[in-house]
Amino acid sequence: MNKNVNIKKIVIDKPLKLDCGQTINNYSLAYETYGSLNKKKDNAILVFHALTGDQFVSGINPITKKEGWWFYAVGSGKAIDTDNFFVICANVIGGCMGSFGPNEVNPDTNKIYGTNFPVITINDMVNAQFNLLNFFNIEKLFAVIGGSMGGMQTLQFVSNFPDKAKVAIPIACTASHSAQNIAFNELGRQSIMADANWMNGDYSNQNKNPNKGLSVARMAAHITYLSKNGLQEKFGRKLQERDDLKFGFDADFQIESYLRHQGSVFVDRFDANSYLYITRAMDYFDLIKEHNGNLPHAFENTKTKFLIISFTSDWLYPTSENKEIVIALNAIGADVGFVEIESDKGHDSFLLNVPKFLNTLGDYIKTTYSKN
Amino acid sequence: MKQEFQIISDLIEKNTRVLDVGCGDGTLMEYLKHNKEIDIRGIEISKDNVQKCLSKGLAVIEGDAEKDLLQFPDSSFDFVILSQTLQAFLSPEIVIKELLRVGKKAIVTIPNFGFWKVRLHLLFKGTMPITKNLPNEWYNTPNLHMCTIKDFYNFCEDREIKLDKSLALQNEKISSINEFNLNVKNLSAELGIFLIER
Repeated sequence: MNKNVNIKKIVIDKPLKLDCGQTINNYSLAYETYGSLNKKKDNAILVFHALTGDQFVSGINPITKKEGWWFYAVGSGKAIDTDNFFVICANVIGGCMGSFGPNEVNPDTNKIYGTNFPVITINDMVNAQFNLLNFFNIEKLFAVIGGSMGGMQTLQFVSNFPDKAKVAIPIACTASHSAQNIAFNELGRQSIMADANWMNGDYSNQNKNPNKGLSVARMAAHITYLSKNGLQEKFGRKLQERDDLKFGFDADFQIESYLRHQGSVFVDRFDANSYLYITRAMDYFDLIKEHNGNLPHAFENTKTKFLIISFTSDWLYPTSENKEIVIALNAIGADVGFVEIESDKGHDSFLLNVPKFLNTLGDYIKTTYSKN
Repeated sequence: MKQEFQIISDLIEKNTRVLDVGCGDGTLMEYLKHNKEIDIRGIEISKDNVQKCLSKGLAVIEGDAEKDLLQFPDSSFDFVILSQTLQAFLSPEIVIKELLRVGKKAIVTIPNFGFWKVRLHLLFKGTMPITKNLPNEWYNTPNLHMCTIKDFYNFCEDREIKLDKSLALQNEKISSINEFNLNVKNLSAELGIFLIER
């Protein structure tokens, strides 16, 4: 793929000290925008993407030629209505859609970074993206929104910049990555690193690609994004283009074929090292520990209005973890709304067509903006 | 309904923090927001109602008042409202205790089971009363612990809960309840409205 087609970038010349101790300079941030900024500059919404997302929230992604990852929620007349709002989304640092990431060339060595790239955190991602406000000359965002890892960035954003967003909507996320989630991420990383083509992270310099490892990582992760009921209803024990079992290891079942397909299309658009770095950032995310066990402290100074949303069948970022954030916000008397949406689509619910979710989100944004 | 809202609104002071427990679809919250300069939050158990509240931009959390009031610190609200919901809880006693912990004051309204029409219904028809305020059949009513104005009055007296105001509502007429007219009001009023504190 030609990555330089249609990718907007800013180069940030303000040095950023990363949590790992390194400082980065003149790093690029790839972004996309939808809708337009009004004269008062009060209608900007910064959307944060999840693990494998990118800046192409809506419309057609120019690289994959598929619909943007939050096509259901963002667009003209949709919940995040681009007729009324100016939507900004940037590829996180560590990513592979044009922002400073492990697949970029290290100017010091003229080689692709690979695992020489610094370990980044959710905090680093958010601090990098904060520069977008300056770039677009926005004093205060109307909202910061994101699901999953995007939700973690939303929480971190308000914690770091308590007066820079009127509204924060973290969806299907957590304030502290659980042992189970770290375990799943480790499974994905080990799968990538077990691929001989990973070459200790140096595959790009050696014209190799750990596609098998990355594909298995994606397959395993994909299962965690769905629910048992959802899978059973969609696939059951249905066979894939055959009348009977073949007594072999081909994809007999539709679910096998589906997962293999998910794995194979993923490797075309995602970099294996980015997968390592971003999952690591998620694992390191612990806003509770960052505030010495006192989560309310993370939001103490904020006037930001929160809406927290979870889904009944999400077992990866379950309601209980989302509720922990609600409880912390109530402890400091913050303005917080919370609902658990009924859905059998698992963690992926926030990305899919779940009308109750999309309607609540859209109405909340519209009403809150008009009462502004 | 509107009358009840008006009374509640009159009991609440300006520039205060208010929590509406069992806020339903947010009608009372919106009413209070428009009529009073207050900072109001809500907690509601029904997902559909919570979604309606959030659609109106209200700060409402989905939760069960019997468990989820725990997350609010002591005296974190100036007023806590419980409008016609007390009878629906498994343990109204614990809920009242929690209301008075979370709120400096609580406003509790109860549909009066001692209202004469209710009594006559049971006396003459011999079936569980159905009225404007108690519209459900015995088998599908959410009301587990019906009480009368007198019951609630005595409940507060027994527990040394301060009754700052006790009001009776009948045909849009408001009157005060005191120890001398308690039996009369318990017969004549459809709704009791109480402002209580620890």
